[in-house]
Amino acid sequence: MALENAVIQEKLIGQFGMKVSEFVQLHDILTFEVAPDAILEVMKFLKEDATLRFNFLTDVCGIHYPEYDSNRQFAVVYHMHNWLDSVRIRIKCFLPANNPEIDSVTSLFLGANWQERETYDFYGITFKGHPQLKRILNMDEMEVFPMRREYPLEDAGRTDKDDRFFGRTQNNC
Amino acid sequence: MSELLLPPEQRYANIIEKRRNEDGSELTILNLGPTHPATHGIFQNILLMDGERIIDGEGTVGYIHRAFEKIAENRPFYQINVLTDRLNYCSAPINNMGWWMTVEKALGIEVPKRVQYMRVIVMELARIADHIICNSVLGVDTGALTGFLYVFQFRERIYEIYEEISGARLTTNMGRIGGFERDWSPAVWTKLDAFLEEFPEVWQEFENLLVRNRIFMDRTINVGAISAEKAMSYGFTGPNLRAAGIDYDIRVAQPYSSYEDFEFNIPVGKSGDTYDRFCVRNAEVWESISIIKQALAKMPEGSYHADVPEYYLPPKEDVYTTMESLIYHFKIVMGEVPVPLTEVYHPVEGGNGELGFYLITDGSRTPYRLHFRRPCFIYYQAFNEIVRGQNLSDAIATLSSLNVIAGELDA
Repeated sequence: MALENAVIQEKLIGQFGMKVSEFVQLHDILTFEVAPDAILEVMKFLKEDATLRFNFLTDVCGIHYPEYDSNRQFAVVYHMHNWLDSVRIRIKCFLPANNPEIDSVTSLFLGANWQERETYDFYGITFKGHPQLKRILNMDEMEVFPMRREYPLEDAGRTDKDDRFFGRTQNNC
Repeated sequence: MSELLLPPEQRYANIIEKRRNEDGSELTILNLGPTHPATHGIFQNILLMDGERIIDGEGTVGYIHRAFEKIAENRPFYQINVLTDRLNYCSAPINNMGWWMTVEKALGIEVPKRVQYMRVIVMELARIADHIICNSVLGVDTGALTGFLYVFQFRERIYEIYEEISGARLTTNMGRIGGFERDWSPAVWTKLDAFLEEFPEVWQEFENLLVRNRIFMDRTINVGAISAEKAMSYGFTGPNLRAAGIDYDIRVAQPYSSYEDFEFNIPVGKSGDTYDRFCVRNAEVWESISIIKQALAKMPEGSYHADVPEYYLPPKEDVYTTMESLIYHFKIVMGEVPVPLTEVYHPVEGGNGELGFYLITDGSRTPYRLHFRRPCFIYYQAFNEIVRGQNLSDAIATLSSLNVIAGELDA
């Protein structure tokens, strides 16, 4: 029998009570929130429980919500997948604007390593217990976290740039 | 501060110093990449070597990071398609189709059966092109140039088909929300038929050249192996995972674009080594050929796009002559189309694994957040563990058999 979303929800609430909340079905994926301090145990439970069997961590990524309350400005989103019943879930952990940090799940899934580094690199979210939390795609000297919304892209229509600095001269264009 | 946070060259210099004092061994640092021809892409591996043997390594990636996720937050949906081309550029149409399916899922658009079949054909062609590159280049890395030059002619034939469909060859920017930009010309169908007629024989010859080739087998069997458990933990998907013996394929696990209508096998390997990865890809090409043939045989009648005037640009001649088309054209181009508030995750079976698009909309014409689940970024982190203790020449073969595409690695 396929794994029903109601079963997942029931088991999680039974085990963790208030730490898991806001269950909602978005298209084909059950989405819910987990308190940041409980992420490691929730994920361990999801992975090791005999009925849930979420054996694969598909994806980890960050989101910045500048319009939310200051204690919910950042989110780390985990997509997990149960290959045996072919069921996916999405876990969201909201983190405060000041010093966003959450436990690393590298102890459960080795593949989380680089994905957490990427999230740190772009959002400045600290993963506690990560073996090697340093920048991955950007250069080490960078001081900002570029995917945060306070860093907008440059206006594509700006005209105050000096073409000479970009290798364009009157002779070559 | 943890040792691992140091730059690798500094960390390894310390180890070299320590080992020299301990037992007088002469370790060296080797800088492989970022523009080494054998890495087939711009990424660097700093390796700690004992003679020819790799003791440890650390990959540094990000040399062609182009901030696609940031750019995508500032672009309307139809302009994001060109970004997806540049992820895995060896199989760009799969990325294109995956992106359109994600948007269609978010907008609740049902596309006609014919479009779904056409998409299947294009995606399987892209898979064949991807595997042609990966497998023939693996031959080159082990010393066999002939097969590479031979089958690349047929990658060229696939690119000609893309060209007939979309006008472009490598970065195809194919399709629209709801279908294709135009109906396929008769040339597409003839070229497709000719390809299916001639390619199997060539692929058989290519297989004969390498599969039981003593030199190739010695270079690849038991090289770069990974166990099924490790592969799963590292987030492996696609042919690399299946080579380790797990039959997970999204086309079967969660069929999209009518994959459930076709009969095909999922080839799996046993040991997860370089040779198994090669064989799995070879077998997948045969399955792709069979899927394309089935799709052609069963091709339903109908339109080449869904009837969604709010999202699909009307033909230009109608824009000039009818009021309604002019309004829709204006609304689409100026971004006045309704977009529901939602979150979707849509995975497709890409050339090298599960390519996922995680899209969050906020009702505007640009995504609030778009995250690409790039398969090779996730599995490439296992590379250093796989090659630890191997010879350098084996590491090169392993790297090429993992099908790591720099564009996808760095987004």
